[in-house]
Amino acid sequence: MSSAISVSSLFKTYGSGFEALKNINLDIRHGEIFALLGPNGAGKTTLISTICGIVNPTSGTILADGHDIQKEYRAARTKIGLVPQELTTDAFETVWNTVSFSRGLFGKPFNPAHIEKILKELSLWDKKDNKIITLSGGMKRRVMIAKALSHEPEILFLDEPTAGVDVELRRDMWNVVRALRESGVTIILTTHYIEEAEQMADRIGVISKGEIVLVEEKSELMRSLGKKQLRLQLQEEHKSIPAALAKYGLELAPSGGELIYSYDAHEEKTGIAALLKDLEKAGMGFNDIQTKQSSLEEIFVNLVKERT
Amino acid sequence: MNLHAIRAIYLFEMHRTWRTIMQSIISPVISTSLYFVVFGSAIGGRIPEISGVPYGAFIVPGLVMLSLLTQSISNASFGIYFPKFTGTIYELLSAPVSYLEIVIAYVGAAASKSIILGVIILATAALFVPLRIEHPFIMVLFLVLTAVTFSLFGFIIGIWADGFEKLQLVPLMIVTPLTFLGGSFYSIDMLPPFWRVVTLFNPVLYLVSGFRWSFYGLSDVHIGTSLGMTAVFLVVCIFIVRWMFKTGYRLKS
Repeated sequence: MSSAISVSSLFKTYGSGFEALKNINLDIRHGEIFALLGPNGAGKTTLISTICGIVNPTSGTILADGHDIQKEYRAARTKIGLVPQELTTDAFETVWNTVSFSRGLFGKPFNPAHIEKILKELSLWDKKDNKIITLSGGMKRRVMIAKALSHEPEILFLDEPTAGVDVELRRDMWNVVRALRESGVTIILTTHYIEEAEQMADRIGVISKGEIVLVEEKSELMRSLGKKQLRLQLQEEHKSIPAALAKYGLELAPSGGELIYSYDAHEEKTGIAALLKDLEKAGMGFNDIQTKQSSLEEIFVNLVKERT
Repeated sequence: MNLHAIRAIYLFEMHRTWRTIMQSIISPVISTSLYFVVFGSAIGGRIPEISGVPYGAFIVPGLVMLSLLTQSISNASFGIYFPKFTGTIYELLSAPVSYLEIVIAYVGAAASKSIILGVIILATAALFVPLRIEHPFIMVLFLVLTAVTFSLFGFIIGIWADGFEKLQLVPLMIVTPLTFLGGSFYSIDMLPPFWRVVTLFNPVLYLVSGFRWSFYGLSDVHIGTSLGMTAVFLVVCIFIVRWMFKTGYRLKS
């Protein structure tokens, strides 16, 4: 079976000479939620825009469900729904009209029942006759999602869908995303909220300076890159770490009351047992012990840092 | 052919007209009525008949053309410029529509609007002056051909413009002067020989002359020449639009 999206050797150089994408190779599987992470200006939006036909690629090929996005743009684009980052809507139109318009634009016959269903799912039904200009930012975001879903896409791109969105909408949105995934829709999202990728995504791709740095199963990524930390609450405050403990690379919290030991949980010898013995020898007593797995955010920050 | 998309864009654009009915329909009708009052009644009473046609009636085809040209250009240029300005163009670019379908829908809507407007103005004119239309078929042909051609021209301006100033520049600086100097309000026989030759280089002359011929059988240039020149301009516009979409000019980076 072909991939939902298949990008190979994609380059994009803007007219200004800026290389936004450098040799991107990426396969998105059918039915997965793929999170694309990267700092601002890394090329996330350019990549999405190129796949959706808004930006011309400089070279390389992109297939959407096996259809070349340039040669068979009609077949390819019919399958794709896009929710862009910017809230760009027809300010003076009503919600109902603008969502119906999107459906028609993507070649689907008018279907009031489907539009009603989408508007209800996104809690927009009671606003259907309102002009978009009268809606709040969060409501406009919902309209953008409704537009993208109006033509029943098989592949949905969400570019920073939760930027500047309140908790309630975020929850609604993720419910919609989960329901879509269950119905077999492939979802590609970019986000700054890494915990969201952590909760939602099946796979994670990291993009930095126009290059895909890594693509990995989320759980695999967390496991292979995840460092664990052991935190010890000391009985007394210390100003420095005794020389005898130097080999462990310990950190002393600024308060002096906490010791932090970083280790790799997958190694055979984590060094914890030896450390505890040496602490006792050095006469440092402790009240409490805590271990913590590093979050995706920390992994991500480390990855991007390593490359710069 | 993505007929649903053509229909969606067309209806969306037409809906915009009803929403802005003051600006799109009523204001051009008022300004044209003012021309009738000033040129037709106040000044026209002192101007003798031109080849047997009272001056008030003589200027009707020119005035209809004036509105048709300016409205076609402004409707179409605004129709495509506005999505570019607000950013909603992303949807059009990511939709499974060909450039031909986009052009048919936008230009079709803009041309429909200006034809409706042209007919309203003609009806208004009939209230002020006695009208007769000798060649109704040719008249309709000119109405449609001009509306389509200049809507296409407006569409080109809308894609080319990267600010509201440029959007106004061409209609204001080029189209309005050309229309006024293209024989809308006079026959070029009334001009000195030198200016008569200069006017022959004004494309609007051919439209006004041909359109007036369909009313009164009077023309400054042969009706065939008028039709031919309009067709040439139409074809030029089609090629420019084709090129713009092929290269993504000012639409895609």
